[in-house]
Amino acid sequence: MSAEAERSAAWRASLAVGLAVSAYGISFGALAVASGLDIWQACLLSLVMFSGGSQFALIGVLASGGVAAGPAAIVGATLLGLRNGLYAIRVSPIIGPGWPKRLLAGHLTIDESTAVATAQPTLEGQRVGFWATGAIIYVGWNLMTLLGAVLGNLLGDVRQFGLDAAAGAAFLGLVWPRLIALQPVVVAVGAAVVAAVLLPALPQGVPVLVAALVAVAVGVPNFFGVRPRSGDPISGEAGL
Amino acid sequence: MTVWQIILLASILVLGIKLLGYVVPPRVLQAPTAARTAELTTVALLSALIVVQTIGVGQGVVIDARLPALGVAAGLFALRVPFIVVIVAAAATAAAIRAMGWN
Repeated sequence: MSAEAERSAAWRASLAVGLAVSAYGISFGALAVASGLDIWQACLLSLVMFSGGSQFALIGVLASGGVAAGPAAIVGATLLGLRNGLYAIRVSPIIGPGWPKRLLAGHLTIDESTAVATAQPTLEGQRVGFWATGAIIYVGWNLMTLLGAVLGNLLGDVRQFGLDAAAGAAFLGLVWPRLIALQPVVVAVGAAVVAAVLLPALPQGVPVLVAALVAVAVGVPNFFGVRPRSGDPISGEAGL
Repeated sequence: MTVWQIILLASILVLGIKLLGYVVPPRVLQAPTAARTAELTTVALLSALIVVQTIGVGQGVVIDARLPALGVAAGLFALRVPFIVVIVAAAATAAAIRAMGWN
């Protein structure tokens, strides 16, 4: 494939992923105001935090626990953001040197920009994929958050429209593509059971944090895992 | 804490982790245990959040229209239906069940 063809392939992937993910910002905006945030608070989360999983986690805990659950909400959102740090390490060589560029790249480092970038075969394509996906989603996600927050305010009683059920579906959509091997499935089921059992016993937000320990218990000794092969340390082929 | 303080602190922490990744030397990723556990932590947190969002109500558990809505979402994700369509379908399921009078 020529360099030109690779660039346009990266652009196509960025557009497809970017537009699909942006559209979903509308549900974040609507859920955020349903959780008790005002429109500006919802928009600030999308502008500064800019990480879907962490944003949904924060408003989810605030919705059920209010400001009393603030510390648990902050820890939950931060833990969910840890993977962005790993993505940053991985795409850092793609971005190259220069601090202004790296600062901007840092802000755009999320699941999708990393996924599209690392899926491209050449460095040039990877660069296009990262910046195009990140920029499209940043603009789209923020516009859709604003739209969703305004609409959510107009809707009023969100339960009537099933918006509270949309939050669970949103988290399911985020975890679904990660359930590609036995190990993450075991962790997902284990964490769900732990959270369900602890839900009536612990303050709001805390069961989620305790459930995260299931990942440590399975991940550190590598239970149910595949032995990493040389040159391919992350993706195994123990598909279900 | 106020809602604003919670939002600002959490936003700065999440953004800070992203930026931190650009000053860490890439060989950190070569420790497979750290990379694997971080990825699994994401899975565990998301999975626990599904449970809390679906059957949680304050500090307690209730089965209501959210559970069948989640079932519909799971079926549609399995069929590779686009994300936003699934979200709308899940909300519509819960709304329809409530409109029929069952909570």
